[in-house]
Amino acid sequence: MKTDIILSGVGGQGILSIAAVIGEAALEEGLYMKQAEVHGMSQRGGDVQSNLRISDKPVASDLIPKGSADIIISLEPMESLRYLPYLKEYGWLVTNSRPFINIPNYPVLDKVNEELDKLPHKVILDVEAIAKELGSVRAANIVMLGAATPFIGIDYDKIEDGIRRIFGRKGDEIVTMNLNALKAGYEVAKQIQTT
Amino acid sequence: MEKHLFLGDEAIAQAAIDAGLSGVYAYPGTPSTEITEYIQNSAVATERGIHSKWSTNEKTALETALGMSYAGKRALCCMKHVGLNVAADCFMNAAMSGINGGLIIITADDPSMHSSQNEQDNRFYGNFAMIPILEPSNQQEAYDMVYDGFELSEKLGYPVLLRVTTRMAHSRAGVVTRPMREENKMNCPEDGRQRFILLPALARKRFKSLLAAQDGFVAASEESPYNQYFDAPDKKKGIITTGIAFNYLSENYPDGFENPVLKITQYPLPKKLVVRLVEECDEILVLEEGFPFVEEQLKGYLGIGIKVHGRLDGAIPREGELTPDSVALALGKEVKSFYSVPEVVEQRPPALCQGCAHRDMYDALNDVLKEYEGAKVFGDIGCYTLGALPPFRAIDSCIDMGASITMAKGAADAGVFPAVAVIGDSTFTHSGMTGLLDCVNENSPITIVISDNETTAMTGGQDSAGTGKIEAICAGIGVNPAHIRSMTPLKKNYEEMKQIIREEIEHKGLSVLVPCRECIQTITRKKKAAKQ
Ligand SMILES: Cc1ncc(C[n+]2csc(CCOP(=O)(O)OP(=O)(O)O)c2C)c(N)n1
Ligand code: SF4
Repeated sequence: MKTDIILSGVGGQGILSIAAVIGEAALEEGLYMKQAEVHGMSQRGGDVQSNLRISDKPVASDLIPKGSADIIISLEPMESLRYLPYLKEYGWLVTNSRPFINIPNYPVLDKVNEELDKLPHKVILDVEAIAKELGSVRAANIVMLGAATPFIGIDYDKIEDGIRRIFGRKGDEIVTMNLNALKAGYEVAKQIQTT
Repeated sequence: MEKHLFLGDEAIAQAAIDAGLSGVYAYPGTPSTEITEYIQNSAVATERGIHSKWSTNEKTALETALGMSYAGKRALCCMKHVGLNVAADCFMNAAMSGINGGLIIITADDPSMHSSQNEQDNRFYGNFAMIPILEPSNQQEAYDMVYDGFELSEKLGYPVLLRVTTRMAHSRAGVVTRPMREENKMNCPEDGRQRFILLPALARKRFKSLLAAQDGFVAASEESPYNQYFDAPDKKKGIITTGIAFNYLSENYPDGFENPVLKITQYPLPKKLVVRLVEECDEILVLEEGFPFVEEQLKGYLGIGIKVHGRLDGAIPREGELTPDSVALALGKEVKSFYSVPEVVEQRPPALCQGCAHRDMYDALNDVLKEYEGAKVFGDIGCYTLGALPPFRAIDSCIDMGASITMAKGAADAGVFPAVAVIGDSTFTHSGMTGLLDCVNENSPITIVISDNETTAMTGGQDSAGTGKIEAICAGIGVNPAHIRSMTPLKKNYEEMKQIIREEIEHKGLSVLVPCRECIQTITRKKKAAKQ
C-alpha cells in the first residue's frame, strides 16, 4: 500500500487539519508516513501546499516526485490546478468548487472549470455549502476529507477513528458534527466514483 | 520506546529535552522557530524549569547559551541561517574557547528561499570555525544526533553545529524517542581562565588547541554510525549524498543502489570513506542540499584531479533546493508529468491581513510622501515587508534586520530627502537600537517609523522583546522626546497621522514615529487560548 497525496489551498484555509486526521489514522494503522508542510511567509493569504505520503514500507523522500501523486485534495479550485504536474495519469483530483478570490487577477471561474473538466478522474463539490447545511461552515475541511476518503487507501472507519481522536477533547458535539461532515463528503465522492 | 509523529524541528526539541537540556536560547526565524516553541509548550520542560524564553537576537542567544555551557550545563541555541550572520562573532570565538557543558547550535537553512532573503549554506560557517557539523538525513536521525550530540560536544570539548534545511525542519515523520536523562549539575571549568579569556597570548594557545583537535574531529566523522558506505556493483560512478539528499537518491532506487554510495551526515568529511569511494569509482556525483560544499572540497580550485559532477557543472541546478526530480535527472532518469499547469492559474502572493495596522501606517505614509519628490523609504524585515507589493509599493529596500535605520542614515548623509526608515518593533530591538544611537549622535535628518504591533508577527506571533517599552527605549538612547510621536494606526486617525508624519519629515533632525496597534492575528490567537 502506498498513497501520495498533495493537499493545496490558500493560507488560512486549514489544509493541515485534513493532513492531521489522515496522519493520525495512518499512524494508528502502523503505516509509515512523511508530511512536508509549509510554514512562514506563504501563510498570509498566499498559496499553500503540503505533501503527504503514506506507505506500508518506509518512505524515502519528503517530497512527491512529478507524475506520481495518487490524489490532489484542494480547498480551492484554481489552487488544485497548480499541482497538476505532480498528478498520476489516472490520479484523482478532489477539489472544492468555491473560489477564494483575494487577488485582483483571479481568472474567470468558467475558465478554471473548463480545465477541471478535462481531467479523467475528479470530484468537485462545494464543501462550504454542504458544511453549512450540516450546521457548521467550520467543518468544510472535513467534508473535503470525506470526499477524498475513497481514494486514500485507508478504510473509512479508520478515518472516523482519526477524527474521534483528533477532535475528542473538544467534546462529543464537535466529534459528531465532524463525523457527519465526513459522511456527507464521502457520499458525494462515492456516487461519482461508481458512475 | 515511544513513536511520535514529529516535525524535524520537534524531533530536535524533544531530543534536547531528553538529553538533559537546561536551556534553549533563540530568536525566531523560519524554519527554526518550532524548536523553541515546542520546548516552551512542553510540560516536562516546564516542570524541569528548562529555560526557553526568546532572546532579543541571535547574538544574545548564542552568548547566553555559551554562558550556560560555561557553567557546565547543556544548552541549545537555534536560529535560521541568516541568524548565524548576527551571531557570527560569538560563533567564531566559541570555537576558540571551546565549551564546558554540551552546546549544540542549530542552523535552519532555507534553500529555495521559501521565507528568506538568501539561501546561504551554513556548513561553510562550521568549516570556517573549524568545528564538527551534523546534518541529519531524516527526523529520526535529527532526534538521535541531538540526543547524542551533547555528549559528542562534551567529549570533544567544542560546540557542534547542527544543520537542517526547510524540508527537514517542516516535514513530519514517525520518531522513536529514548529515555530522559538527568540535567548536568552546575560546574564551572577549572581551566576556565585559560580558555575563556581570549587575550592574544591565550588566544594563540587556544588556536593551536583547535588546530590540534581537527584530527579528532575527522576521526569522529569516520567512526560516526551516521556516515555510511553502501557498496554496489557499478563502479563507473560513485555517489556522495549529504543530509536529506540521501532520501531523494533512495526514492530513485527503491530496490537498492546500483552504484556505491557514501552518505554523509557528519563533518569534517570522513576522509577514509571519501578516499575509498574516490579510489573505487571512476567519477563522483555529489548530491547536496545547498551550496557545492563537498563538491568544491573534492574538486579543488583547479578541478584537475578527480572527475566530480554536481552543482558546479550543472548536473544539479546551481540554485534552489533539491527535489526527487532534480536528483532523478542528475542520475539520467526520466521525469514525466502527465499534465501541465494550465495558463489560467495565476500567482497568489502572500499579503498583509485585512485590518492589519501596517496597512493603515502605509496608507498614511504613502499619502504624505506623494507630496515629496525623491522620497526613499528604507524597509526592514517582518510582515511589513509585504508593503513592497501592490497596492502599497511603499518601500525601496529590505536587506537585513535593522538595516532600514542605518541605510536611511547613509542615504540622508548622501543627500536623500526625505529619508524614511520603516521597521517593526521586534526588528528594532533585534538590531535597530544600535543604529538609532548612530543617528542620535549626529542628529541625522531621517524619519524612523517603528510600526509596533506588539509581537513578532512574521514568524507566528512570538513575544516581542520591546513591547510596552519602545518610546522609552528611544528616549533612553537619546532621541529628543519632542520628536518621539506615538499614534494609533486606524482609518479614523488618518488626518492626524498624516499631519504628524508631515511635521516630522519637515523637522531638520531625527524623528521617531511609533504607530502602535496589536497584530490582529495575535489578538485572535490570545482570544482562542483564553477560551480554552
Ligand atoms: C537575522 C534574522 N533573524 C530572524 C529573521 C526572521 N524574521 C524575519 S522578520 C522577523 C520578525 C519581525 O518582527 P517585527 O519586526 O516585529 O515585524 P512584524 O512581523 O511583527 O510585523 C523575523 C524574526 C530574519 N529574517 N533575520
Ligand atoms: S499577521 Fe499581524 S502583522 Fe502580519 S499581516 Fe497579519 S495582522 Fe499584520
